[in-house]
Amino acid sequence: MQVAVLPRSSIGKKALMAVTGAVWIGYLVLHMWGNLHIFQGQEAFNHYAEFLREVGEPVFSYAQVLWIIRIVIVFSLVAHMWSAWELYLQATRARSTSYAVKRVVQANYASRFMRIGGVVIILFVIFHLAQYTWGWVTEFDRADPYRNVVIGFSNPIIVLFYLLALASLGLHLFHGVWSMFQTLGLNSRRFDGFFRGLAVFAALVVPLGFATVPLAVLFGILK
Amino acid sequence: MRLKLRIWRQKNAQSEGKFVDYKLDGVSEDSSFLEMLDLLNEQLIDRNEEPVHFDHDCREGICGMCGLVINGIAHGPKAAVTTCQLHMRVFKDGDSITVEPWRAKAFPVIKDLIVDRSAFDRIVQAGGYISVNTGQAPDANVIPVPKEQADRAMDAAACIGCGACVAACPNGSAMLFTSAKLAHLNSLPQGQAERFDRAVLMVNQMDAEGFGGCTNIGECEAVCPKEISLDFIAMMNRDLLRANLMGKGKR
Ligand code: HEM
Ligand code: SF4
Ligand code: FES
Repeated sequence: MQVAVLPRSSIGKKALMAVTGAVWIGYLVLHMWGNLHIFQGQEAFNHYAEFLREVGEPVFSYAQVLWIIRIVIVFSLVAHMWSAWELYLQATRARSTSYAVKRVVQANYASRFMRIGGVVIILFVIFHLAQYTWGWVTEFDRADPYRNVVIGFSNPIIVLFYLLALASLGLHLFHGVWSMFQTLGLNSRRFDGFFRGLAVFAALVVPLGFATVPLAVLFGILK
Repeated sequence: MRLKLRIWRQKNAQSEGKFVDYKLDGVSEDSSFLEMLDLLNEQLIDRNEEPVHFDHDCREGICGMCGLVINGIAHGPKAAVTTCQLHMRVFKDGDSITVEPWRAKAFPVIKDLIVDRSAFDRIVQAGGYISVNTGQAPDANVIPVPKEQADRAMDAAACIGCGACVAACPNGSAMLFTSAKLAHLNSLPQGQAERFDRAVLMVNQMDAEGFGGCTNIGECEAVCPKEISLDFIAMMNRDLLRANLMGKGKR
């Protein structure tokens, strides 16, 4: 298994982070797009939620595809965080003494926010599961996801937390999407501008798409 | 010019080290940063104090010996120059200047502003060569090298091994240096035979020396006196990942 030697080098760990990040981007785009069904009304949205369990039948049985996707994304997130943690430790060891004066020349805010932003994202993911998958946070009825969402987002503090997490995600993608191509060695002078542009696009579209739902509930467009 | 200097003083690798303040008068705007330190050292020697130790050799920006973190920026505030090529006219009369050595676990301070960069030598020893049988010198140009590849190799070979990239990187990463040394040979026909082994061996050595990983933030590129591009890091990543998948580097 040649692939197994990869994570031993710093570049291999970084590549693992890039691939698992890409898995999550793919998942997030689908998730965001699917969420927009909520604007078609209660019946359509609840039907969509049920479809997610039925998808793949009859090759797969009930909820099997859903569980496969869940396992892949959980595994990806754990691997992503493991690499991030390992590289963080390696970096703190490599720069054990800091400078008395240090000026940033070229790095942008997004690239320096990756680690903290990542922590915000994982805290958010846990909260989000607790709220809409396990139903521990706000009033919850497993059979009526539409109602769960509307009730959940009528609390402005919760909406604020969602927006904060989405902003962190936007920053994470602003650097991460470009960085991913660099890490996997797919970037080059010719395509650099394209990948930078793609990162800006992803950083805007994904969080804004997600943000429409809590904002629509908060402003009474969805009830 | 009058300057207020705050300089890192450290007796040897074992001692703690601290900042010491100096006032320096009569600095010419046309002098280089190192000449300014020479002036300070002359005064220190006159006063029977230990002069400030710093590395230097060519003083014309080509050898890669010099290197100081000046007011928080490796090689000082001017882009694409070494410390020896930095001139005092970029500062103003009365400025305070903080001078520190490169800070990285893999670059231990030997004395004052001098660090030990032999980790770089060991990275080059690990794979920065091509294996050829010695004998008669071959005719020039027997191996045609396309212009684009020759240019690319020259751009990479411009790296003088100063270590500013490591000094500027918040992760203490040596990716820019290592990628330049790799791209230099991996861009040329002569380097192809050992291309993938070279990538694995040099990256392994880089990790073993205790440098950090890369977060692609580009502070290295911004301070590099030879304007080595992040492009070479992408090329190194590509070569390393392919090499690992092919099982290379087991020599
Ligand atoms: C929605 C989930 C997430 C997505 C889509 C995502 C995406 C990405 C991508 C594409 C990269 C670039 C990889 C590369 O540079 O090659 C990245 C890097 C990174 N991620 Fe995530 N990530 C997510 C969650 C997290 C979480 C939960 C953490 C930490 C707790 C985290 C921490 C990091 C760190 C530290 C980096 C490295 C930054 C760098 O090297 O510049 N991420 N992420
Ligand atoms: S890449 Fe640039 S900063 Fe790094 S050692 Fe080479 S010349 Fe110096
Ligand atoms: S002394 Fe040679 S590059 Fe500065």
